[in-house]
Amino acid sequence: MTVMSAPMTFAVPSLCSPHAVSSGTPTDHAGAAACCLLEIDRVSLRFGGIKALNDVSFDIRSGEIRAIIGPNGAGKTSMLNCINGFYRPSSGHIVFEGVRRTHTRPSIAARGGIARTFQNVALFKGMTVLDNIMTGRALKIRSGILKQLIRFGPALSEEIEHRRKVEEIIEFLEIQAIRKTPVGKLPYGLQKRVELGRALAMEPRLLLLDEPMAGMNLEEKEDMSRFIVEVNRTYRTTITLIEHDIGVVMNLSDRIVVLDHGCKIADGTPAEIKSNQQVIEAYLGVGG
Amino acid sequence: MFYREAGHFKDNYRADMATFPIREDRIGIITLLLIALVAIPLVHLAGIPPFAGDYFFNAILIPFLILAMAAIGLNLLAGYCGQISLGAGAFMGVGAYAAYNIAIRIPEMPLVLTFLLAGAVSALAGLAFGFPSLRIKGLYLAVATLAAQFFLDWAFLRMAWITNYSPSGSVSAPPLVFAGWHADTPVERYLVVLVFTIVVAWGASNLVRGNLGRQWMAIRDMDIAAEIIGIRPIQSKLTAFAISSFVLGLAGALWAFANLRSWEPYAFSIDRSFQLLFIVIIGGLGSIIGCFLGAAFILLLPLIVDAVPRWLSIPVPAGAGSNITLVVFGALILLTLIFEPHGLARIWGIAKHKLRRWPFPY
Ligand SMILES: Nc1ncnc2c1ncn2[C@@H]1O[C@H](COP(=O)(O)OP(=O)(O)OP(=O)(O)O)[C@@H](O)[C@H]1O
Ligand SMILES: [Mg+2]
Repeated sequence: MTVMSAPMTFAVPSLCSPHAVSSGTPTDHAGAAACCLLEIDRVSLRFGGIKALNDVSFDIRSGEIRAIIGPNGAGKTSMLNCINGFYRPSSGHIVFEGVRRTHTRPSIAARGGIARTFQNVALFKGMTVLDNIMTGRALKIRSGILKQLIRFGPALSEEIEHRRKVEEIIEFLEIQAIRKTPVGKLPYGLQKRVELGRALAMEPRLLLLDEPMAGMNLEEKEDMSRFIVEVNRTYRTTITLIEHDIGVVMNLSDRIVVLDHGCKIADGTPAEIKSNQQVIEAYLGVGG
Repeated sequence: MFYREAGHFKDNYRADMATFPIREDRIGIITLLLIALVAIPLVHLAGIPPFAGDYFFNAILIPFLILAMAAIGLNLLAGYCGQISLGAGAFMGVGAYAAYNIAIRIPEMPLVLTFLLAGAVSALAGLAFGFPSLRIKGLYLAVATLAAQFFLDWAFLRMAWITNYSPSGSVSAPPLVFAGWHADTPVERYLVVLVFTIVVAWGASNLVRGNLGRQWMAIRDMDIAAEIIGIRPIQSKLTAFAISSFVLGLAGALWAFANLRSWEPYAFSIDRSFQLLFIVIIGGLGSIIGCFLGAAFILLLPLIVDAVPRWLSIPVPAGAGSNITLVVFGALILLTLIFEPHGLARIWGIAKHKLRRWPFPY
C-alpha cells in the first residue's frame, strides 16, 4: 500500500518526550475534560532497567471504544495493569471519574467500576460457568454470613435476583448450553467468552479487554466483535481493548492509541492511525 | 441409575437452586434422614443386629458423625478456600477444652450455648492462626498451621488452667444434659450428635452455594482474578479460617462430651489433624457429601483390613492389622491424589454418570 504522511505530526519515537506527543485529535479537544472517563497523565513504569511505559498520556471518553495497539512487548498489558491497580506506576497519575490517583488496588478499582479480562484467561477453573459469572456479582450481594447460612427468605430472593441478571448475560453471550460445565473443561474460545461474562456481571463503567480475540478463529472473532459492539451500544459501557488483529481494531474502535517500546507513538481515529508513518514503521520493524 | 436429570424441567431459578434439585435425590435424602433419626433408634430398641448392642453406636456411628462434621470444617478451609491446614485437630481441641472450661465454671449455662461458645472460641483461635495465610501460601502455610498444632498441643499439656489443674492432664466432661434431658445411653448420644451434624452439613452446604462460598472458591482457583472482581482476599480468607475453626471447635466439643467423655491432651494431636486431612482428601476436596464418604471409609477400612484375612483364613500376626491399615491408607491417599484428586465424591459422580448411560455408552 502507498504510504502517505499523516496530516499532523505525531511524535519523535526515539526520544519519546511527552510534549511531542499529541493526545487525542486536536479538532474535538474542546470539552474533553467533561466527557473524559479516564485520563492517563504521564504514566511511567519501570521494571529494573526496563521501561515498560515511558511518560504515556492519553484519555478515554465516556461511551467510546478505545483500542491500544502496538507490537509485542510494547507495554499494552502493563498499561491496563496500571489502570486497574495491578501495577503501580513509577510516576504519573491516573484520573478516573475526576479522582486523581498515583496508584490504586485491583479491589478498589473494581469497586470504582473498572472490570477487566486477561490476556491468558484468568477464570476460576474448578467452578461452573454459572458460578464464575456469579462471582462477578460478589460486590453487589448484600446478605451477611448469617443470612447466607440460612439461605432462606431475603437471602434466597437476593440470590435469585442476581441469578436472573447472570442468566441475562448468559443468554446475551449465547452460552446457555454450558452454564453448568466447569470452565476448565471448555475450549479456549468459550473460556474467553465466559471471562467477558464475568466482567459484564460487574456492570462496569469501564471495561478493559486484554486481547479478547487472541487465538480465536474467524467465526469466534466475529461473535466476540459483535458482543463488544453490543455491550458498548446497549449498556453504553466504555471499553478499552488491546488487540493484535488490525482489521478488527480498525472496525471496532472509535479511537486508537499506539504504543511501541513503552512510548506512545500515535493517537487518533482509525483512519489517522492507518496512514501514520511511524505506526507503519513500528509494525514493519524499521522505525526507531 | 434409575433416574436422571432429564425430564425434570425447572421453570424458576428457585427450583434450580434448591439443595437437591432432583426429586429423587430429595426423596433419597429424606429417606436417609428418616433412617438415621427414626429407624436406627427403633431397630436398636427392637434388638436387631448390628444395631442391638452399644458397640455399633460407640465405635462406628458416633465417631463417624463427629469426624464427618470436623471434616466439613476442614473442607471449608482446605477444599473450598484452598488454604491447606495441618492444625485441624488442634482446633477441635480448642473447642473441647473451651466447652469443658465453660461447663465446669458456669454449670448453669445451657449445653447448646456452651458448645456454640466453644465453637466461637475456636473461631477466634482460627482467626489468630489464620493471619499468616495473608502472606504465605501452599507448603509454607501448611508449615505455619503445623506450628499452630504444636503450640496448641503444648498449651493443652502445659497450661494447667486449661485442664482445671488436673494432675494427670486428663479431664472428664460433665454429663450431656439438654433442658433436663440426660443423653446418657449411646443411642441418645448418637441422636444428639446426629442433630448437630445435620445442622452443620445443611448450613455448610448453604454457605458454599452462596456468595461467600463462591468467593472462597474464587480465591482457591485464582486469587489475583478474585481480587480484580472486587473480592477482598484478606477478609475472605479470614472468614474461611474463622468458620472452619468454628465447625472444628464444635466437633471437638462433641468429640469430648459425646464420644470420649474423658480424654487426655493427645486426643487432639497431630494424628487427629492427619486423620481429618485424609478424610477430606479421600472423600473429596470441595465436597460436603465427600466428608461423610471419607469419614465412613476411614472408620470402616481398619475393620475390613481386620476382617478380610479372617474370612480368607490367612493367619495374620497380632498387631500387624494396624500396620496393614496404615500401609493401605498411605497407598490410597497417593492413588487418590494421583488419579482422582476430587476423591470419593467424584468417583460417586462418575459412577452415576456411567450408570446413566448404561447399557449404551457413547
Ligand atoms: N511483571 C513484570 N516484571 C518484569 N518485566 C515486565 C513485567 N510485566 C511486563 N514486563 C515487561 O514490560 C514490557 C511490556 O510488557 P507488556 O506485557 O505490557 O507488553 P504487551 O504490549 O502487552 O505485549 P504482548 O503483545 O506480547 O502482550 C516487556 O518488556 C515485559 O518484559
Ligand atoms: Mg499483553
